[in-house]
This record gives sequence, structure tokens and C-alpha cells, in this order.
Amino acid sequence: MNPAFQLCSVDKSFGSGESWTPALKQANFEGQPGEMLFLVGPSGCGKTTLLSILCGTLLADSGDINVLGNSLHRMNDREVTSFRARHIGFIFQQFNLIPTLTAEENVSVPLLIENKPADQARRLAAGLLEKVGLADKCREYPARLSVGQQQRVAIARALVHEPSLVVCDEPTSSLDSATGHQVMELLRDVARDGKRAVVVVTHDPRIYGYAERMAEMEDGRIQRWWNSPEEIAAAHAETLTERRQQ
Amino acid sequence: MTAIALKMLFGERAKVAMLVSGICFATILMVQGLSLGLGILATSYATAVNLKAPIWVASPLIDQVVMNNQPLLDTDVYRVRSVEGVAWAARLFVGGAQVRVVDRGGVSQNVTLIGLDTQTLAGAPTEFIAGSLNDLRQTDAVIVDASAMARLSPDPAVPLKIGETFEMNDRRARIVGVVQTSAATHGQAGYVFTTYDRAVQYVPAQRKMTTYVLAAPMAVHTAAEVARRISDATGLNAFTSDGIRKSSARWFIRNSPVPFVIGLIVGIGFAVGTVISGQTFFTFILENTRHLGVLRAMGTQTRRLARMILLQAMVAGLIGYGLGVGIISLVIAVAPANSPLKVQLPVLMAVLVPVLGICAVAALLGIRRMARIEPAIVFRS
Ligand SMILES: Nc1ncnc2c1ncn2[C@@H]1O[C@H](COP(=O)(O)OP(=O)(O)OP(=O)(O)O)[C@@H](O)[C@H]1O
Ligand SMILES: [Mg+2]
Repeated sequence: MNPAFQLCSVDKSFGSGESWTPALKQANFEGQPGEMLFLVGPSGCGKTTLLSILCGTLLADSGDINVLGNSLHRMNDREVTSFRARHIGFIFQQFNLIPTLTAEENVSVPLLIENKPADQARRLAAGLLEKVGLADKCREYPARLSVGQQQRVAIARALVHEPSLVVCDEPTSSLDSATGHQVMELLRDVARDGKRAVVVVTHDPRIYGYAERMAEMEDGRIQRWWNSPEEIAAAHAETLTERRQQ
Repeated sequence: MTAIALKMLFGERAKVAMLVSGICFATILMVQGLSLGLGILATSYATAVNLKAPIWVASPLIDQVVMNNQPLLDTDVYRVRSVEGVAWAARLFVGGAQVRVVDRGGVSQNVTLIGLDTQTLAGAPTEFIAGSLNDLRQTDAVIVDASAMARLSPDPAVPLKIGETFEMNDRRARIVGVVQTSAATHGQAGYVFTTYDRAVQYVPAQRKMTTYVLAAPMAVHTAAEVARRISDATGLNAFTSDGIRKSSARWFIRNSPVPFVIGLIVGIGFAVGTVISGQTFFTFILENTRHLGVLRAMGTQTRRLARMILLQAMVAGLIGYGLGVGIISLVIAVAPANSPLKVQLPVLMAVLVPVLGICAVAALLGIRRMARIEPAIVFRS
């Protein structure tokens, strides 16, 4: 099976002179279609930077970035932008819903970006809101929803245009434990459809149990892989033990 | 996406209100400034509108009908008449006079006194409300324009009536007709028309009393052609009636402080409108940086976002413009009838241009800001 994405020898630094920060150093990263892949590591190790390069919102300094059969490092801004519109679903820590749009309108935005007719977009959006359990909240504005509901709207928005890759940066960090689990269950049950890869960047050990594979980053590159839920569970237990000992 | 763009804008009531009122304010200032300016400008050449002559001949130093202190020789009318292609030529006196309606205890007021060629009454106004041109043949007869009938009366609600008399430069005059004219020069009660021979008796005698010579081309020639011939043959300044109106307007613009003041009002309207809406719109874009970043990240092309921003600015602008036009129309509707302020379609169209300009500037500021937004910001908290 071809990998869903493959990043080779990616370098990325920020700033210059005194403030020069290398965020990625010859980083390699790879994911398979249909898997739920976690990217973990200490703060500032470059997780968000790697995720941004993977989904085409950030340009690497060098390296090969092949995602869903596209060579992002050879594309211009216009092409990368259409690539994102077609293939990527986004889930953010801060949800990033547009406050002046209703839940349904927020969810329909990715379809409108792809020039789908408005009524079709609205129908599909309502359908997805129903899937995430918010059928009765279509006409609500984000401010009138709980944070958990807002993240569910964001999940519906990330999936409505059936992207092949969903990227999530700290999807549960703004949520309490119970809501976090609900959101992850939704991601596990709704986001995965056999072909779609889901990459979750997180700090949150409470949700490690949802990972199928996990990569640990340190100092700008991937240092360790756990290739099955069992390996992850073992590492998870370790982490918790370490924590208890501290 | 159009609907999304508009909802994003109109969701922010305070911003929209600010934006719309900035443009509304600018529209009001510009429309009323320009209307007032055009109204006053029109009074500058009113004489050339109210008198119906295809060709106007003046002294070589005079190119307007606003004020003329360089009269022609009384014999110049013969020189004009002898130019080939001239169908008729007639003397015209134009001067100031003071009118007082003694019977009603009125005070002295300035009027523009017009003396029409005694034989032919050539160039006389045509829109009679009462009486007729031939009534000018009666003793002391004068024809007065409708607005002067009201303004000369001590009580404008009870205008003068046909048959009433007044004193003009201390000599008796009797109203035999009323005509409709276009607005009189500022500070004047209006027009009084009489014959040339009588007019020159109402005012202090001078060596030269022919202010203009009015003329008409023969049917086979155009006025412009014959005017050129008159200028060439006599060395006098000959204009078509349209030509002297334009020339008068130009003279007025050069010589009166009014256009500068009007220009200032319009300029302030434009500047204030631009600053308010530019600033508000820029803030709107700035405060929406994250949402625009999300739209960018989710795959909206920069050009499309630019079009959305332009649309937002234009829609807010057109609403502000509509509101401004509505308000100024209401104000003008309740303004006194003789106010030079009138809503004119060309003014509204003319103001639409700077209003759209303001929106374009505001949109451009917003678009430049938007173009600097990196989609990668969406992952930063
Ligand atoms: N836009 C930027 N400008 C300057 N430095 C940046 C920028 N983005 C990231 N960095 C730096 O690059 C390094 C990696 O940042 P990144 O956000 O990828 O880390 P992270 O692993 O996501 O951290 P966290 O867990 O805190 O979110 C950090 O040292 C950070 O300060
Ligand atoms: Mg991060």
C-alpha cells in the first residue's frame, strides 16, 4: 500500500540572526491511509510545524513533502491552496469557528470554497451535524454552544468535504476529560472511513488510547515510533508511572 | 461565499454601523456641497438662460453674463447686423436697479433690470404666467419674474399682483406680466424686464448703454458659425448661448470664492469618509485575521478573499450612499422653495464615484492586510 503521506529530510527554521530557531532538523514522517496517527513530544519540539508543513499551510525550507500523491514542495501558492481545499480537513485547539456564522453555515464553508451550490452545501452540512449529534443545533451561533459542541461542529466542518487527510492540533486541550473522550470517540468513529488518515498532535496522555500508531518528536525530528496500540499502551503506562513517581 | 462574506460583515453590527454612517456622512457632505455649488453656479449664467437668443455679442473684454461693466457702443448693433448670415441683431441692456414697493411699505431691493430692444423685444423670456409680451408697450410697463413677485413683497406669502406699481430707482413702474425664470443671481430679488428705451431711463445715463447685442443666425447657418463670423468681422466677443453660459460658469469658478468653499466641503466629505471607513474596515479585517486565516487554510484563494473583501466594502458603501441620498433628499424636500439646493441626478451620479472610491480605498487597505495573513497562524493560539 502506498503511504498516505511521506515527508523526507524536512528542514524548517524561523527568524534569523540572534532569533534564529531551527524547528525541524532533517525530519522524516510517514502515515498510512486509514490510520489514526498520533504525534507527541515536549513543548516546542516542532509538532505543530511538522503538521503545518504536512497539510500545506507552511512552506518547508527544504525536503520532499509527498501527500496523497502530490509533491507539495513543487507547488506554487495557488496550487497548494487548492490542494488544501480538496484534501485536508482541519481541527484546531481553539475550534476556529466563525462567530458570525451559524453551525450549519460554518460546516458548509469547505463545500462553498469548492464551489458547491449553496443548497447542496447546506444539506450536506446538516447531514454531518446530525452525525456528530448536533441535528438540533444547525441554526445556532457558536457562542451559544458549549465548548464540546463547538469542537463537534469543527469536526463536522473538517469532514464535510470528505478529505483524505484530517489534521488535528491539540483537539482536546481546551476540553475537560469527559468531553475530550467524546470528541476522540467521534473522531475515531466518524472521521475514519478506511481510506482517510487522521493525524493528531497532542500533549494529552488521557487520549493516547485512541492512537493506532504514535510518533514521538524531540528536538525537531521524530525519535521514536510505536507501531501498535499495544506498544502505545505500554508507553502510556510508563508515562503514567513516571508521572506518579514524580 | 458571497453570502458568507456578507454575513461575516453584517454579523458585526457596530462595525457595519460605523462603516455605513461614515460613508453616509461623506455622501451627505458631498451631495449637498455639489448641489449647492451647481445651484449657485447656475445662477451665474441665469441671464443667458432666461433671455432667448442664439448668439450673444459682448465687448472684447467680456466673456460672461455674471457682471458686465464694459458696455458696447450704441452703434455696434449695426455692425453686428451687417455681418453676413445674421438674421437679426438687437440691443440688450442688463444692469442693476433698486426696487421699492411703496404702496406696501416695502424696502429697497436689488433686481437685475433687463432692457429689451424696443422695436422687436428680441430675446424676451417666453414662459408667461400672466400677461403677455405685448403688454410691455403700455406706459411704465414692466414684466417681473415669479420669484421676484414674492420676494419684492414685504410679505412673501402675499406676492405682488398684476397692475401693482413700484418704484425703480425712484421712478414709477407698473407690473403687466409675470414670467417664470431660472434662479436669479445671489443677493438679487429677481428680474425686471422692460424695453431698452425705458430701461436706460431707469438707470443713471452713461455714454454707452448697450450691454450686449443679441443676434440670431439665418436658417442656413449654425449659431456657432455666425458667432465666429461676427467676432472676425467686428472684433467683438460673440458666443453661442451655450458658449456664453459655459464661459460664464468658468468665469464664476475663477472669480468667486464659492467654488473653493464648495470644493472644501466636498473634499472634507471625501477625506472624512475615507478616514472613517478606511479605518473601520481595516480594523474589521484586523480583528478577523484569525477567521480569514482559517478560510485561507481551508483552501480559499487569496484572490477570492480579496473579492469578498471588496464586496463587503462596496455593499457597506452602497448602503451608506443610499442612506445619505435619502437623508439629503428629505432635507431638501423640506427646504424653502427658493433655496439653490436641489437634488439632481448628475450630482448623485457624480458623488457615487468618490463614494465607490472611498470603498475601494477601504477595501484595498483590508486586502493588503489580508494578503499578509499566513494560513499557518491557524495553529497558533
Ligand atoms: N512563526 C514562528 N516564528 C518563530 N518561531 C517559531 C514560529 N513557529 C514556531 N516557532 C518555533 O519553532 C519551534 C517549534 O515550534 P512548534 O510550534 O512546532 O512546537 P510544538 O511542538 O507544536 O510546541 P507546543 O507543544 O508548545 O505546541 C519552537 O521553538 C517555536 O518557538
Ligand atoms: Mg503546537
